[in-house]
Amino acid sequence: MVPVTYYLVLSAILFTIGVAAFIFKRNIITIFMSIELMLNAVNLSFVAFANMYQNLNGQIFVFFVMVVAAAEAAVGLAIIISVFRTRETLNVDRVNLLKL
Amino acid sequence: MDTLISLAFLLIKILVITHVLLGAVAYTVWLERKLIGRMQNRWGPTRVGPFGLLQPIADGIKFIVKEDLLPPGVNKPLFLLAPLLAVALGLTSLAVIPFGESITIAGHTEALQISGITNPHGGGAIFDPNVGLLIILGVTSIGVYGIALAGWSSNSKYSLLGSLRASAQMISYELALGLSLVGVIIMSGSLSLREIVNAQSGNILHWNFIGGWQFVAFFIYLISAFAETNRIPFDLPEAETELVAGYHTEYSAMKFAMFFMAEYANMFTAACVATLLFLGGWHSPFEGISWIPSLPLPALLAAFVPVFWFALKIFFFIFFYIWVRGTLPRFRYDQLMAFGWKFLLPLAIANIIVTSVLVAMNLAPLGSK
Amino acid sequence: MIHQILFFIFAAICVAGALNLLLQKHPINSALSLIVVMGSLALLYLLLGAQFVAAIQIIVYAGAIMVLFVFVIMLLNAGVEEDTHGSRIAVYFGVPAVAGLVGMVLYVLLQSSHIDYQVQLGAFAKPTKDVAMLLFRDFLLPFEVTSVLVLIAIMGAVVLARREP
Repeated sequence: MVPVTYYLVLSAILFTIGVAAFIFKRNIITIFMSIELMLNAVNLSFVAFANMYQNLNGQIFVFFVMVVAAAEAAVGLAIIISVFRTRETLNVDRVNLLKL
Repeated sequence: MDTLISLAFLLIKILVITHVLLGAVAYTVWLERKLIGRMQNRWGPTRVGPFGLLQPIADGIKFIVKEDLLPPGVNKPLFLLAPLLAVALGLTSLAVIPFGESITIAGHTEALQISGITNPHGGGAIFDPNVGLLIILGVTSIGVYGIALAGWSSNSKYSLLGSLRASAQMISYELALGLSLVGVIIMSGSLSLREIVNAQSGNILHWNFIGGWQFVAFFIYLISAFAETNRIPFDLPEAETELVAGYHTEYSAMKFAMFFMAEYANMFTAACVATLLFLGGWHSPFEGISWIPSLPLPALLAAFVPVFWFALKIFFFIFFYIWVRGTLPRFRYDQLMAFGWKFLLPLAIANIIVTSVLVAMNLAPLGSK
Repeated sequence: MIHQILFFIFAAICVAGALNLLLQKHPINSALSLIVVMGSLALLYLLLGAQFVAAIQIIVYAGAIMVLFVFVIMLLNAGVEEDTHGSRIAVYFGVPAVAGLVGMVLYVLLQSSHIDYQVQLGAFAKPTKDVAMLLFRDFLLPFEVTSVLVLIAIMGAVVLARREP
């Protein structure tokens, strides 16, 4: 038996690391990955709450989060590729003009 | 005490199944060389042992004693990780594949499946993971990493091109493969491999391939499985005439052997899934037909008859793989992609719709259920 | 007992993987550590009785989304991350922000110590059929909307990544 709080604390730790990576990393691909990490952390708490309330709705939410994450990854990576094509860099600090 | 016995049986099962698979892999290589040789009017291996039967052992010794090269400029940790990942994931799928119903040894009933357990409260019912099929799909989908990392970490253009092709090809064909299985899932109403097989119990007319109207799905699966395992006619990732050897160009000795084992283990997994889902698993094609007499076998042998049928069906698939390799030329890469996305995928979706309509109209399985 | 052992093993792997994502300089190492996090999260889902979600986590996240990331890293041949001027500003603003977030999360969790629900292994194992019933009956409209979203995402990706003739 594990208290549900442990799962929630783990989820919070992962989310915080995700936020830290989002702020500190300079590579745009890694920044995207830290967003995925945050989404995963949220998913963990959804599943933990689903278990706590004995209700499957939490798992359905995880499903929707995954769909959105997949859509976001597809569009985001397409943007990264088109930026890389014109700028030849993946560093977010070097992509500082509002034009391609 | 009961837990200890179960644990011991589990360990025995894991050891036996893994070693049988690795032995089968070694002898599939022999069979392939022999068959391809005969198809091309050659002899194949003949020198080591009678009919070259000891050739796999000689090959194994050669792989072990060869120099383990580490080319300069490789990303060392990933270069070492990639073959391990490939072979480990190739063997992982075995954990959920059921090879037969169950056997009883000295009053202890044991499921013929690593992850299958008998009901601890008695009754002899057998449970297995109720998302077994999805676990296999998941493991296959992670299998891309072994190839992708091998190509990237080798720091060589042939490897990189090969691994880019392989990743794109495997992701594309995974869709058609996954969708072709949906029809079977609709027919049997379960994701547990054991339940899917039990839903097809009976003779050949009850199997999903015929009785479940899944022949279109079966051929989509077969073609996608060839692409997933990078076999001819879809072996573009290692097209030796263009890319030297594709993603494992820079690998030598045991690390190369690991990729080799992974490829054949994946072939076996694909064959197992096809057998379980479309060809009735361990059920005999004559099961339940009254005018065919059952052979008077001793009890211990009779327990292994389902395993025999399962192995026979697997052998059929492996033979088919080799046969196709000896027959067909390689596709062009754009043809491969167009075929996967523009033909197989729409066909798989159409198959799902047709199957759903059949189920909704209660036309589902031919056989009585 | 076995539940606790498994939880602590996989929680430790999760946190180690996430920290590795933060500390590694090369994007491919970060991507691989994220895959490790996702794999061990799938096992935690299994402990929580969400078998379907665990399988989908492996297939969709580890097997599709992360393959896309690794693919792009390989395709663009992304090298080691460079330190630029902006990263110092990120440190000045980021450290207090992260500290604030940690403090807030800890505060909320300490406040909610009245939650004493214990997760039991196998106590909440719903069959996949129930998930399907919920998804295609109660959540049918959101499901259809996500399919439109995915369609838009596909078209967007094609338009963005297309090379101008």
